[in-house]
Amino acid sequence: MNAPATVVALTAQSFKSDYKPVWCPGCGDYTVLASITRALAALSLRPENVAVVSGIGCSSRIPAYTTCYGFHGVHGRALAAGTGLKVARPDLTVLVAGGDGDGYSIGGNHFLHACRRNVDLTYIVMDNHVYGMTKGQPSPTTEPDWKSKLSPGGTGLREFHPLVIALASGANFIARSFSGDPSGTASLIAEAVQHPGFSFIEVLSPCVTFRPEQRAWKEAVRPAPVAPTDDPARAARRLMTDDGFNIGVLYKGKRNPYPTDKRASLEVAALEKEFAL
Amino acid sequence: MIDRTPKDGRFHSVSVALAGSGGAGVMTAGNMLLEAAAHAGYYGLMTRTSGPQIRGGEAAAMVRVSTFASDSQDDRFDALVAIDWQNVNRFASEIPLGAGSLLIGDPAQGEPPETFTRMGARYVPVELKALAKSIPDGWPNMVALGLLGGLMRLPKASLLHAVTKATKKGGDALAASLAAVKLGIEQATRIEGPFTLAAAQASGKRWLVSGNEAAGYGALRGGVRFVAAYPITPATELLEWMSPALAKVGGTLVQAEDELASINMILGASYGGVPSLTATSGPGLSLMIEALGLGVTAEIPIVVVDVMRTGPSTGIATKTEQADLNIAMYGMHGDAPHIVVAPNSVADCLAATQWAVSLAESVQAPAIVLSDQYFGQARAIVERPADASYPGERLRAPENAAGYKRYALTESGVSPMAIPGTPGVTYTADGLEHNERGTPSSQPADHLAQLEKRQRKLAHLDCDQHWASIEGEGDIAVLTWGSCTAPVREAFARARADGIKARLVSLRLLSPTQPERLKKALAGVKRVLVVEQSFSGQFYRYLKAEYELPGEVHSLRRPGPLPFRPNEIHETLVKWSRS
Repeated sequence: MNAPATVVALTAQSFKSDYKPVWCPGCGDYTVLASITRALAALSLRPENVAVVSGIGCSSRIPAYTTCYGFHGVHGRALAAGTGLKVARPDLTVLVAGGDGDGYSIGGNHFLHACRRNVDLTYIVMDNHVYGMTKGQPSPTTEPDWKSKLSPGGTGLREFHPLVIALASGANFIARSFSGDPSGTASLIAEAVQHPGFSFIEVLSPCVTFRPEQRAWKEAVRPAPVAPTDDPARAARRLMTDDGFNIGVLYKGKRNPYPTDKRASLEVAALEKEFAL
Repeated sequence: MIDRTPKDGRFHSVSVALAGSGGAGVMTAGNMLLEAAAHAGYYGLMTRTSGPQIRGGEAAAMVRVSTFASDSQDDRFDALVAIDWQNVNRFASEIPLGAGSLLIGDPAQGEPPETFTRMGARYVPVELKALAKSIPDGWPNMVALGLLGGLMRLPKASLLHAVTKATKKGGDALAASLAAVKLGIEQATRIEGPFTLAAAQASGKRWLVSGNEAAGYGALRGGVRFVAAYPITPATELLEWMSPALAKVGGTLVQAEDELASINMILGASYGGVPSLTATSGPGLSLMIEALGLGVTAEIPIVVVDVMRTGPSTGIATKTEQADLNIAMYGMHGDAPHIVVAPNSVADCLAATQWAVSLAESVQAPAIVLSDQYFGQARAIVERPADASYPGERLRAPENAAGYKRYALTESGVSPMAIPGTPGVTYTADGLEHNERGTPSSQPADHLAQLEKRQRKLAHLDCDQHWASIEGEGDIAVLTWGSCTAPVREAFARARADGIKARLVSLRLLSPTQPERLKKALAGVKRVLVVEQSFSGQFYRYLKAEYELPGEVHSLRRPGPLPFRPNEIHETLVKWSRS
């Protein structure tokens, strides 16, 4: 006879798979992975009820490094896949994760519309201001004067401001964290998962290989000096004037999430009545 | 010119077109005419053509009423009624007239364009506008409806029924419409040479349905409960039909921001265990190709309905063509085995789509359904399609399966798919090449093994007798697919009446190819005519590459949007049967 089932709270470790990440030593993404697993454990979730969805890039390899259900799709479309999954299966906890190139460049349009749509999922962007997987090209968040083989004189383009865009597009929860602060990042992720609607966390996650100067982020980051606001106008002023290193929840909105209720009121066969003569 | 007047003065098929500039209500009147034909017990088909304008441009409703079911347009039209002549000359090639045809126009709108009169049609002026104005709030399109119905001698009660059914407002507006229709019917009695229909013979249950609606219904029958899509002509009506229907049966439709999103959304939803579909047309399919490859590699079943229009690029968005065969078959990078299905009648849009869902689910691969504008936007009175059920469904991994491997190398190639929420079998679906467990792998042996696995799934596909429609016998054959099947079928019906023996093979399953089955179906055939609506002969080239065809093979092809007329194919059958 089987022993009666008991619910055992899982540790962060039980959300970590045995795969060895492809990341470089010192990559910020290791601690983001640790933060995610810690948050999932803290939320008392089970791996089979969580899906981690991603596109392409260094950080997008993260799903397989968890023991959750993973979806490693095509470049830039993680939010679309995550949206379809969550709308079809609202019972699941859906995390979408990836990098700045995947989310803000090739996937930029989906980012806007995911914010607008406000499906109840959490989007974690590990932003290192560079394409790492293709070995060092500028991304939308790269500084205009950063030089690379592909743009020897720098791009000359102003940086994309993901948090402002998220706010303007309707994201319901906006936070920034730093990969060097795993416990702070874990609690932000847990809070984001619990907040209804589309939650967006921009994690500053240094690329020590192609942007070694980002090691200095450790000194630059600081807790946001003010409490989170639910007023989009105030949040906009703060985000527009912030230097990119304020850490914490910056906006918590009150929009209703995208409806996912489904109730069948009719048998499929009954639909043929409208064709019948 | 063949004398088309039947011996007993009763027509078994009458084709009419009603044209006018935007706002003239030609589509409304055309739909009512079809509804009236249905009410009177006839079969019928309405197709449509329009100019490039979104609103306000010229348009024509083309309605065929017949005692037999056919999805084909006839060789020519018996009557064209124009509410005005503004730009209607642009439709001359789509509305062929002949000796005995009537060209009816309002003299107040000027003379009919020469493009029509030189086809030999007899001009009959009818003061549509003045007649309509004789009734308060009367409209010329309702006079035209009465006129056309009257010319066929459709029962007055059926015409009035159709108008009443379609006029939601009722009251004065309805009364005005009914009066205008009656005026039109009366006008028709004054015209010589009516096209009196033979008695209706329809028995049993019939439907009035468009190809797009049928495809949407087939999707639901197949179990689809999630749709994500981006509006595109001529697929939009499929989505507009599905949106409220899905809500009723416990599903969801998401309007995506673009086709890249729609295909990735349905991949996400299907990964979650919910059979999913999107509908689009050529430009959208082009955008979806990368993610279709993800469906192949990650082994996620999805269905994409491509309601084809003329291409490449924006092409002619409102008009039909069969030139997406190449992209549907060969568009993906890498070796990407998948399913391609094509309906070959308006009603078959239901069965083909339902079948495609079942095939996709059973082999965990993407399926493309190649419908087209002709079928999609045609409304047809058809026999109620038989209830079909297809056995294929998704093989799911049980809870806590020991040593679970998502991409296990099984004999059939199909391996159990773990659905999120199922404990003990979590895995990552991946577009990266992987090993059996799903771990990304750049090992040549894993790549080969997974390529073989994915190919094996299709080789084992159970397509039963559904792979083609095979009709008739004889040593001459016509090979075709999709909407070209409609005129070919009608040509065959005429050939049979002439005592000519011929074989019709219309492929419904284009991928995986079925060379052995086709070889059997064509055994003993000496001459094959390949009929398709593609300038470069995509279907012909596909057949030459994938199949062994017997005897002489001829290609009869043309680009969209002009359809084949049954007589074009009938002539070849007659000629071949004599030599």
